[in-house]
Amino acid sequence: MSVPGAWYLILAAVLFGIGATGLLVRRNVLVMFMCVELMLNAVNLTFVTFARLQNDIGGQVSVFFVLVVAAAEVVVGLAIIVAMFRRRAAATADDIHSLKG
Amino acid sequence: MTMAAYGGLLAASSGTHLGHASAWAVFTTGAVLILAGAFGVILLRNPVHCALMLVVTLFGVAIEFVDESADFLAAVQIIVYAGAIVILFLFVIMFLGVDKREAARPEATRFQKPLAALLGVVTLIEILVLSRVQNWTTGYSGTSANPGGFAGALNGPGENVQKLGQSIYTRYLLPFEMTAALLVIAVVAAVVLSRRQEPVASEMSRAEQEEVVAS
Repeated sequence: MSVPGAWYLILAAVLFGIGATGLLVRRNVLVMFMCVELMLNAVNLTFVTFARLQNDIGGQVSVFFVLVVAAAEVVVGLAIIVAMFRRRAAATADDIHSLKG
Repeated sequence: MTMAAYGGLLAASSGTHLGHASAWAVFTTGAVLILAGAFGVILLRNPVHCALMLVVTLFGVAIEFVDESADFLAAVQIIVYAGAIVILFLFVIMFLGVDKREAARPEATRFQKPLAALLGVVTLIEILVLSRVQNWTTGYSGTSANPGGFAGALNGPGENVQKLGQSIYTRYLLPFEMTAALLVIAVVAAVVLSRRQEPVASEMSRAEQEEVVAS
């Protein structure tokens, strides 16, 4: 038989914790973005685990939509970073206040 | 080796036919990849190395997806995340130049790193404590009066991608159409945001163009 679902949930919780820590520790905006991706992947792992536990395809459909939204988010976020870099030639979180209008 | 032999190999390796030890081996391999990659992302200095460690994590998650019979999502995970999103990250890193000044500059607040680590641990403990609450580790399957949101069986006959597609194109058709609109909006937003401020030739009047040429 396969591994109990609780182990996957624990793994996802640990991954989410690492991502949250990284988001707070790092100040390079690009790396902060990657930490957001880590947290999204932790949630995806939870969705797939519950889909298996509940025998419900809806969890996998949710992961599908999370993937789409993550792609859109990365496109817009990286465009903001590029715009920020053009203005200040720096990409750390402390420089974001320079974006105000 | 013939097609039949490959077919037998696939049948033997698919789904729940894995033995107990090999199931744990697959899970542990994926978990090690996920955790190693995640620590690499938050600890390494060079953003390029962070992006490559992110690929390791995404690959580990794909392994866990295969282990949990989400075959299609594992393929999409590799193609979209590792293929497209990480490449986009690397493209922007290369486009902007690697920013190594993060370490050199003073921190905004002295206690940022300890506070962040503390908050991360608190988040983890909170999730693990909440997992003791009813329905947090088993999921909510609904009651007999209110059957919950059952979108179709995961197990049973048929391919994974077929069941996923049937669910998306029937029950989740409206959200699916809305993601199309979302992607178009994201593309337009990216173009608007990364556009240069100076007008291009097609946006100028003839007089303005001649002025630019003359100067």
